[in-house]
Amino acid sequence: MKKLLTFIWLILLNPKVGFSQTVEMADTMRSEGKIYVLVAIILVIFSGLALYLFRLDQKISRLEKGQE
Amino acid sequence: MNRSKDGYKKLQTGWKILSILLLVYTCTAGLLMEVPRLSIVNESIRALYFHVPMWFGMVFLFFMSAFNAIRYLRNGSAFYDILSREFATTGVVYGALGIVTGMIWANYTWGSPWHGDPKQNGAAVALLVYLAYFILRGSLSNDEQSARLGAVYNLFAFAAMIPLIFILPRMADSMHPGSGGNPGFNMYDLDNRMRMVFYPAVLGWILFGLWITDLRIRIKRLTINS
Repeated sequence: MKKLLTFIWLILLNPKVGFSQTVEMADTMRSEGKIYVLVAIILVIFSGLALYLFRLDQKISRLEKGQE
Repeated sequence: MNRSKDGYKKLQTGWKILSILLLVYTCTAGLLMEVPRLSIVNESIRALYFHVPMWFGMVFLFFMSAFNAIRYLRNGSAFYDILSREFATTGVVYGALGIVTGMIWANYTWGSPWHGDPKQNGAAVALLVYLAYFILRGSLSNDEQSARLGAVYNLFAFAAMIPLIFILPRMADSMHPGSGGNPGFNMYDLDNRMRMVFYPAVLGWILFGLWITDLRIRIKRLTINS
């Protein structure tokens, strides 16, 4: 019994175990998979802007060709 | 390569694609990968992938601006003046984004958006110094005068920014990580989990800034030549 208690105590002393129990993170949100909704939204907006920048780049290239 | 008369070499498409890929990776891995569990910052530690690269990007762009200011002063070609000015413009945009994201982050971790933190103040002063660069340039109608004074002032601004952002905050008690006895993130991300996202993020944002500057320079050249 005493050995078991020491064992449990040592586990609790382990900084990693202790941290994960006390510090609140968005674990529920992750387990529900809602984080993927966020990732999807951010990626759609970013790729939209990136595509827009590429189109702008092409337009400027065309203007440069016309000027030469 | 596709060099033109004035010797400007366009940013190659490969760099643009690399920038997009790195930033797509940042947005995905930055939200999904494991991060250290720290009290107070909690999940907001992920802001590191977006807030800090703005400053890295700003310093890089200001460095390029100062470098081209020197090139202008050495040979007096108006082309280098365009480069110098456009790099400074994108740099200021990055800095402004860094300030705003920092204020949002500070509001939730330090308790108020403006905390009088030495690094925060230093960054704000550095940005004001660079804003004065554009005021100086705008106030001179003579192009050559504007370019020459602008280049000299640009070097002063760069020389002022380095101590304001990197040296002074470390001499005072800054709440920013890595300053004034504050251990910073380095202590916790030794497991390389955050570095795996952070370094690609920095590179991605720097390349993105280069790309935008490239577009600005090319537009400027078009308006001048026509």
